[in-house]
Amino acid sequence: MDILTLFVLIPVLTITAILFLKDTRQVRLVSAFGMGLQLLTAGILVFLYLSARHAGNTDEMLFVKDYLWFKSLNIHYAIGVDGISVAMIGLTSLVVFAGIFASWEVEFLRKEFFISLILLATGVFGFFISIDLFTMFLFYELAVIPMYLLIGIWGSGPKEYSAMKLTLMLMGGSALLLVGILGIYFNSAPSGGYPTFNILEISKVMIPMPAQRIFFPLTFVGFGVLGALFPFHTWSPDGHASAPTAVSMLHAGVLMKLGGYGAFRVAIFLMPEAAQELSWIFIILTSISVVYGAFGAVAQKDLKYINAYSSVSHCGLVLFAVLMMNKTAMNGAILQMISHGLMTALFFALIGMLYGRTHTRMINQMGGLMKVIPFLSVAYVIAGLASLGLPGLSGFVAEMTIFVGAFQHHETFYRIVTIVAVSSIVITAVYILRVIGILLLGPTTNEHYEHLTDAKWFEKISVVTLVGSVAAIGLAPFWLSTMIGTSLQPVIDRIFALNPF
Amino acid sequence: MSLGTFLIMRHELLLIAAALLVLMAEIFTDTHKKSGISLFSVILFGVITITGFLPSPTGELFGGMYISSGTRLLMKNILNIGALLVFVQSVTWLRKDENSGKVSEYFILLISTLIGMNFMISAGHFLMFYIGIELATIPIAALAAFDRYRNKSAEAGIKLILSSALSSGILLYGLSMIYGTTGTFYFNQIATHFSNSNLQILGFIFFFAGMAFKISIVPFHLWTADVYEGSPVNITSYLSVISKGAAIFIFILMLFTVFPVIMATWQKTIYVTAVLTMTIGNLFAIRQNNLKRFLAFSSISQAGYILLGFIGGNQLGMAAVIYYILVYIFSNLGAFGVVTAISNATGKENIDDYNGLYHTNPKLSLIMTLALFSLAGIPPVAGFFGKFFLFTAAAQKGFYLLVLIAVLNTIISLYYYLLVVRAMFINKGESPIEKFISDFPTRFALGICVAGIVATGFASVIFEVIRNLSFGI
Repeated sequence: MDILTLFVLIPVLTITAILFLKDTRQVRLVSAFGMGLQLLTAGILVFLYLSARHAGNTDEMLFVKDYLWFKSLNIHYAIGVDGISVAMIGLTSLVVFAGIFASWEVEFLRKEFFISLILLATGVFGFFISIDLFTMFLFYELAVIPMYLLIGIWGSGPKEYSAMKLTLMLMGGSALLLVGILGIYFNSAPSGGYPTFNILEISKVMIPMPAQRIFFPLTFVGFGVLGALFPFHTWSPDGHASAPTAVSMLHAGVLMKLGGYGAFRVAIFLMPEAAQELSWIFIILTSISVVYGAFGAVAQKDLKYINAYSSVSHCGLVLFAVLMMNKTAMNGAILQMISHGLMTALFFALIGMLYGRTHTRMINQMGGLMKVIPFLSVAYVIAGLASLGLPGLSGFVAEMTIFVGAFQHHETFYRIVTIVAVSSIVITAVYILRVIGILLLGPTTNEHYEHLTDAKWFEKISVVTLVGSVAAIGLAPFWLSTMIGTSLQPVIDRIFALNPF
Repeated sequence: MSLGTFLIMRHELLLIAAALLVLMAEIFTDTHKKSGISLFSVILFGVITITGFLPSPTGELFGGMYISSGTRLLMKNILNIGALLVFVQSVTWLRKDENSGKVSEYFILLISTLIGMNFMISAGHFLMFYIGIELATIPIAALAAFDRYRNKSAEAGIKLILSSALSSGILLYGLSMIYGTTGTFYFNQIATHFSNSNLQILGFIFFFAGMAFKISIVPFHLWTADVYEGSPVNITSYLSVISKGAAIFIFILMLFTVFPVIMATWQKTIYVTAVLTMTIGNLFAIRQNNLKRFLAFSSISQAGYILLGFIGGNQLGMAAVIYYILVYIFSNLGAFGVVTAISNATGKENIDDYNGLYHTNPKLSLIMTLALFSLAGIPPVAGFFGKFFLFTAAAQKGFYLLVLIAVLNTIISLYYYLLVVRAMFINKGESPIEKFISDFPTRFALGICVAGIVATGFASVIFEVIRNLSFGI
């Protein structure tokens, strides 16, 4: 048994175990155990990966396993990881682990809730370990579909509308993606031979330019929908606002990263020529995402909407950086995915916990919570500071790297879009500080709030896991960025081999 | 007739024997024990289905009028599996008082349609093909009108017989033109004599229209919804899966073997009709509340996706179509199985009635969800693989735009499938369907459907076997 398949197997076994449980109280214990095991395995994976690299293994992907699945179409179950996917797997296990504890008090159909949640995680893990486009696509869709039930059944507000909108828009994205993948597949053997779905093999050939011009935009937009690319981001605020806490966490924290990761791993890595030619269109769109998302967050009063728009802005920054196509910016993009994944999960967890106490998410109805529930409030401040890029926390490392990378281009166009994107930092500071000011500081406006209780033990586990990770990346970013950087090299080589600029 | 002949025609001969045996059983059973016939028929047919998989010689009979090949045997076996599932699903319904006197009729009629389909698939001559297609259609009309006391059922029967008579007329008109220009009815001779003359293409278009009626391809689909709604549920599922599957099988065989010369022409026809069929089927399905009508329109749009396997004229397309029909049998019969079970227990057939079903009947809701997801093409169930291969077959020949239209259509279809899922899981039912336990045959059939939906996709060996067999058309 290889270690990577464990990442699919453990969730599947956990689901099976939950199915056979008679007592619903044990469900969350089993889930927590399963996902704790997953987190442990992720830790072991990071360790194994780093020691293999340290021992001088320079393969592009490690722990590669390849099982033939559909022989006639050359479809394999092929798995393998590089530093980037290892980092994403680590992020996912952290967020899922925290998510289980954040949904400790789900009462309604508890069994079904945890099964759907873990099924969603299975899809995400499978996506990150796959290096075969077919398997990757399969896991991608697997991750999207439980969202419908999770939001529709356990959500709040206009949940049916939001769930349907989210599912259909994401599946729409995957529709474009499917055509893109088929296009890549049939053009993966331009000089004769058998077409393949294997990413590593496709990266060795050059897909003919006319095909790239058609399939790069399809693939990029397909993933971009999930990465909240303007104007396909509209599912995100509604979906996040209606989703239950753990689902918002997983969705903003991990699922949106599937978009960024896929855009990088499939669209740009496999079709760099078209990416270079067409990137200006998407750079403009992502710049709009970045700034528009930030302004959107300023205008909102609902905590979840604020955070959802802020996610649009931050995930836009990921795609923006990926499109810059140089090492520094791409490194920043991966860091930003991890950093944003952790802190937005933290945000949504905290919002869920606040809502559970105050029964409102409107900032103007709250105030002075710092005195009443200091633990949650301090955690909220930390998340906020990470979000606006304060040095010492993960956000700073990521955004700094991105903007340095983006500024390395000399053309006026890049300069302008970079300056536009940088302005989002200021806007971010406005809405973060405003929320903190109204929500946490000042006098307690509502007397009912004076008797609120602070975090319970399971909430503390959830929060501490995430806060610890945010701080760890902020304080010691170099091992992570080295791990990502070495893995970025093949992509960069491939881009520079075509057109050194 | 030598023994070899018998073996080559084994499928048809066994079915004829089965029909006769059921008839004799009818004679020799007492009036109050008639429901025992269903058990007898199901077991008999189960044996025939299993025998179908035994290795069988292939070849031509009657001077090429009857052809048996690996692909054709596979198609017959797949239809047998589907028909067996429908048989098992009908057992409960046949136990009702008003049906108890008609059990043997039901099975004899169904088996005769199956005989027709088998002859149709094995046809090497238009006469054989035509006899087969009529034998496959006319008994169905009698079955559609099976609920004698329900006006809608009678209406369904008459609509089916009239529209199929019309379509047969159109088909025959086309065939007469083809005969007039080629001077033969043998498939292999037509294939060599066919050219691009206008009259032949006109003849082909009439033939196409006739077949489009049987498969209910837009714009020849108008009979479908009414007939599906009016017929008893089991007949609806038989119509939507077995009849449609058989017609699709013979249609793709004929396009690939009889009309390869005018491939460029029929590719255009298929392109347009595929887009229309998918889109119109989907858009009409959104507005339906009766589940049988809903599944009728859904099955129209499914036929549109299946046409994507036709369009490339490639072997992968052939394999994908056969595979998809297999997947479609499990998925659609899974969905219909749930509808049948609920209709038998409560008589309710509307989507609104399913509100809150998960809280009272969780297992049935889960099976329904699985079946609908498979129809929508959501992983990890088999429908995803089936659709993926259909789309791959079309993309292989460069029909990317068509594939894009098709995948966008699957989004529309996902919307209305999710409406049913929403009713079962999310909506609060004012008076939800009460908890009930279905009897053994229903559970057995549903179990097989679920196993099929889950396993057919992951088990790559099934697809590989089908693909290897579709070499020998």
